[in-house]
Amino acid sequence: MKVRSSVFASFILISEVVGIALFLRGFFPAPVRSSLSSKSKLSDLPSEPLTGSSPNASRLPPPLFKRVVVMLVDALREDFVFGPGGRRYMPYTRHVVERGSSQSFVAKARPPTVTMPRIKALTTGSIPGFIDVVMNLNSPALLEDNLIWQAKTAGKRIVFYGDDTWVRLFPKHFMEYDGTTSFFVSDYTEVDNNVTRHLDSTLKRDDWDILILHYLGLDHIGHISGPHSSLIQPKLLEMDDILKKIHSALISKEAEGSLPYLLVLCGDHGMSETGSHGGSSEPEVNTPLVLISPAFKRKVGLEKPEVVEQVDLTPTLALGLGLPISQNSVGHVIPGVLEESSLRDQLRFLHLNGHQLSCLLKDSMPDYEKEAGFEQFRVAEKAHGSWMKLYLEGNTSEVLTNMGKKVLKQYLEALAAMSSALSKQLGKYDMYSMIAGMLLLVLLLAMPEALSGEAAVDLPVLSVLLSLPFYLLCLLLASVHVLVCTSAESSCYFCSLSWGLVFAAVAFSSAMFCILVSMATRRLPLGPKIHGKSPLRSSGSEWSLSELDVLLLAGTVGHTLSLAASSFVEEEHQTWYFLLNTLCLAVFQDVCRKYFREQRGSGDEEEHILPSKDCHPTAHPKAEICSEKWLALATPPFTLVCCRLLRSLNQTGVQWAHLPDVGHWLNSSEHRMVLSLLAAFCLVLIYLLVQRRCSWVSKVALALGLLGVYSYRAAVGNVWFPWQHSGRTMSKGTVEARFVYVFVLGILFTGTKDLLRSQIITADAKLKSRGLWEIYSGLVLLVSLLFRAHNLPVLCCSLLIQTLMAQFIWKELHYDAAQTTIMHYWFGQAFFYFQGNSNNIATVDISVGFIGLESYIEAPAIFLTALSTYAGPLLWACHLVCYLSSERDNPVAVGHGCYCLALLRSVPAAAYIVLVTVLRYHLFIWSVFSPKLLYESMHLLLTAGVCLFFYTMEQSHTRPSQNRAG
Amino acid sequence: MWDHEIRAMASTHAIIAASVFMATVLPAVFVPGFSVYGTHLLWLYSASGAVTVVSVAVFWLLGITPPAKKHTLGYKLSRLLRSCLYFFLSCLFFHAVVVLYGAPLIEYALETFSLAVLLTSLTTLRCLCVLGPNVQAWIRVFSRHGAMSVWDTCLQITVACTVVGAWVGAFPIPLDWDRPWQVWPVSCSLGAMIGFLTGLVAAPAWIHYHRKQLTYKCK
Repeated sequence: MKVRSSVFASFILISEVVGIALFLRGFFPAPVRSSLSSKSKLSDLPSEPLTGSSPNASRLPPPLFKRVVVMLVDALREDFVFGPGGRRYMPYTRHVVERGSSQSFVAKARPPTVTMPRIKALTTGSIPGFIDVVMNLNSPALLEDNLIWQAKTAGKRIVFYGDDTWVRLFPKHFMEYDGTTSFFVSDYTEVDNNVTRHLDSTLKRDDWDILILHYLGLDHIGHISGPHSSLIQPKLLEMDDILKKIHSALISKEAEGSLPYLLVLCGDHGMSETGSHGGSSEPEVNTPLVLISPAFKRKVGLEKPEVVEQVDLTPTLALGLGLPISQNSVGHVIPGVLEESSLRDQLRFLHLNGHQLSCLLKDSMPDYEKEAGFEQFRVAEKAHGSWMKLYLEGNTSEVLTNMGKKVLKQYLEALAAMSSALSKQLGKYDMYSMIAGMLLLVLLLAMPEALSGEAAVDLPVLSVLLSLPFYLLCLLLASVHVLVCTSAESSCYFCSLSWGLVFAAVAFSSAMFCILVSMATRRLPLGPKIHGKSPLRSSGSEWSLSELDVLLLAGTVGHTLSLAASSFVEEEHQTWYFLLNTLCLAVFQDVCRKYFREQRGSGDEEEHILPSKDCHPTAHPKAEICSEKWLALATPPFTLVCCRLLRSLNQTGVQWAHLPDVGHWLNSSEHRMVLSLLAAFCLVLIYLLVQRRCSWVSKVALALGLLGVYSYRAAVGNVWFPWQHSGRTMSKGTVEARFVYVFVLGILFTGTKDLLRSQIITADAKLKSRGLWEIYSGLVLLVSLLFRAHNLPVLCCSLLIQTLMAQFIWKELHYDAAQTTIMHYWFGQAFFYFQGNSNNIATVDISVGFIGLESYIEAPAIFLTALSTYAGPLLWACHLVCYLSSERDNPVAVGHGCYCLALLRSVPAAAYIVLVTVLRYHLFIWSVFSPKLLYESMHLLLTAGVCLFFYTMEQSHTRPSQNRAG
Repeated sequence: MWDHEIRAMASTHAIIAASVFMATVLPAVFVPGFSVYGTHLLWLYSASGAVTVVSVAVFWLLGITPPAKKHTLGYKLSRLLRSCLYFFLSCLFFHAVVVLYGAPLIEYALETFSLAVLLTSLTTLRCLCVLGPNVQAWIRVFSRHGAMSVWDTCLQITVACTVVGAWVGAFPIPLDWDRPWQVWPVSCSLGAMIGFLTGLVAAPAWIHYHRKQLTYKCK
């Protein structure tokens, strides 16, 4: 069967993406869930243990608190309250912590330290899986059993003000609410005023039981200027005032005889030294938890706060309010809170918590009985029963109290053990899906076939379908499947599929595999060319590599190997900067060699420089050659300097991320003038660099679009208009952004029109190249809108380096397609990090998804965020297409380049998947390796898209007539 | 073919390697609290000083340094001055390259410059000794097929080994092991020194085993 090679290649790329998707499905574990789909009810609660007689009443002990106010301050770091600066930042809170009747803790949040998973953790008590981060922006209603639902069912009246994630998670749960959206990160006053404005009237009223406040301003300040900025202190003072206001209102409302109130001050996550969050560093996970209530003993001085888990708050609040603990909660109650209630009640509370945890343990672990915590709990329950018996008999001796204390201790130990066992349970993998996904990546081996330059690939389908190995493989795979699905208790994704689908997949994959093997054996005698990692210098039969080739190969292999170390993953940008620098030096050496030899003018070197002279008219002025030479010589050092400057623009990674960088300096308000000038300069330079190859319509559109970009930045408040010095009210800049979008679409449309015309009607290479450049410039315009103002130099430098390199280096030194592709790929990677990205979810700039949109719309937001995150690699890949297709003398260059690009992306991705599988019990698997896995898969997806674009280019280029016929 | 030269080269290299060894051991005896990591800059200067002095002396004694065209004192002085100038420029060059590679511009300027001095004394100084202050000759030697004598080949090998050693030495810096040798610029200077010593051993050995294949164009 003959298949067009482009179809075959796209098929391979798509199956690669499917393979990655399968792997991800298996890798990210489903969270611990109890098997019951319903929610805990009061009637399901276990009775109080009592030896000897019939079960006691299953009533809950009376609630401890009447009213609860939860004040959640986004990104409140532990040291803002408990640290040395706490007295300055939050004087009242600090006073209450030190002298008032309060309990204070350091609550450890689990990574990912992003708001929505944290809210879920606080309300359900479970630890949301990593994949929740991806779903962070799109939060549907929370269906799991949770505290809010329990409170509502119990008839509590809940009032909520703050981040509207809560409103989306808990629709119709609140008696009264006002959600503020968190996506205009530059706004840090309005979001909080929107919360505080309701406070006075609400505090005066008596018609609520639970008040939840979620303040976002601090988090926004962190994102803008970090934890040490001057904005932090006023914001924390404001929070302190609010706490004081609530506290005094609660005190004044308190009546004799009724139950006390509880005021909770907590943070959902902390803030790293750069002000971002999402990772697992100490300042990101440590949040303060201050419980204030007259029910607690007065403190006499500052004690070192105890460390608890963030999820421990959920059972504590549930028991404190007299509600059932939600089913999936893995936390255990904080014993300090219960201290003042009677011993019987304390034991009862702990028993309830233990019962819930043991139920969850039973559901989520097959061999739960071996678990130490479970056993301890059984023992403690028995002891509790006998204690109850003695207690009810009216025994009030010292012995009884001591015995009760012992039971209490047993309970606490059991709870801690079960809680940690459950948390460990969260890392379980679906190895079957993982291995299946990995095998799909083997399809990679078929890539050379797809790119051999032939129009069609001959797939030996029929012969394979009739061969013995095919049937054997079918049998083998089917038996493996049956074995895996029947033997273990494991919950595989594949096992949940229907049998017909599974056998179709088995037959298909074994056929695929046999075809590939037969094709590989057919290719084998042709020589080691295919087996080489990269077709460098495949034309020459003699094996000679220049220093540059050695560097390119060693760099690719070395980078792939470096992914095994967590530090190298965290600091991957260092690897790329290092490689890029070395590359520039190697290129510099090549250039020097070429031009200085020319100067010496010995006979045999003369012919090397002849081609470059041929390009120019014969009456070539000597001065121009000279200037060209110096320009070529200056390009690599210039690139080096550019890279060094860009490197200090955004500090990323982990170890050195806290160092001051130019980006923060530019973004501080006193340097806004510099930022404005820089942005304007960059936009002008971008225009000059991009407009050269466009038609005049696109030129005008581009100029207007770039003006629009500047006015958008001015409208959002990043830069100044020269004639507008007074502070104008900040808008979202929707109009300006949409104005730019119109021009982007216009340019893209012109480019596509040119491309289509060149393909279908005239087959004109010039028109086609112009079309490509127009699409490229449309992309540049879009990216310049999406980039933050201080990142515009990144875009500018990338364009400048592309232009210079294309003009003086790649063309003049006759680098072949493979070398050019690898260089483009390296530059793309380095620019990915120059933008300020890292292998940490926290650096994804989600605010980009809202440019030009009034509200959150999923599809465009995800598209824009992905585009702006991967702008560097994408721009360089697009430049590669434009550059290679403009080389007329080598028609297969595009295909060749595309092959290299696909290989360059797939080899690290495949290697990384294998590494992650091997390292799946590594300590840093969730904090370091998983985010990188997500980045890798997203990058692979995008590269697959770019490669498909490549193919359409190549196909139309080589066979325009067939295209018309087809 | 070049047995005499190879023997001379091997003994020269042995002397230089011994000087590096002495530069590490002697201060440890005389200076209290000396260690390669702890008082790294001291080690760095003593090693580069020893290499400088010994190389100049040995190459001058062996007479490998190209003879001066004129024997006037002024000419010799100007050659000396030019050599010193080249030495200093090369320090600046290495410093610039290291900063381009990402070393902090201001914070560790002294450490960075010391590394540049070490690299210069391991590479440029040898060039100065073997080729004299003659940039054309340097370019010739370091372009492909440019070697014209055994000493040129030896120079290529040692310089390449030193530079690659320093390059490889930068790899462990991002690792979070918190070891004393990960402090800037310890790993790089150690890498350069190890590379240099490897080069000293490798150059005569390589030339010895390839002496049949080596052919040099005459000037």
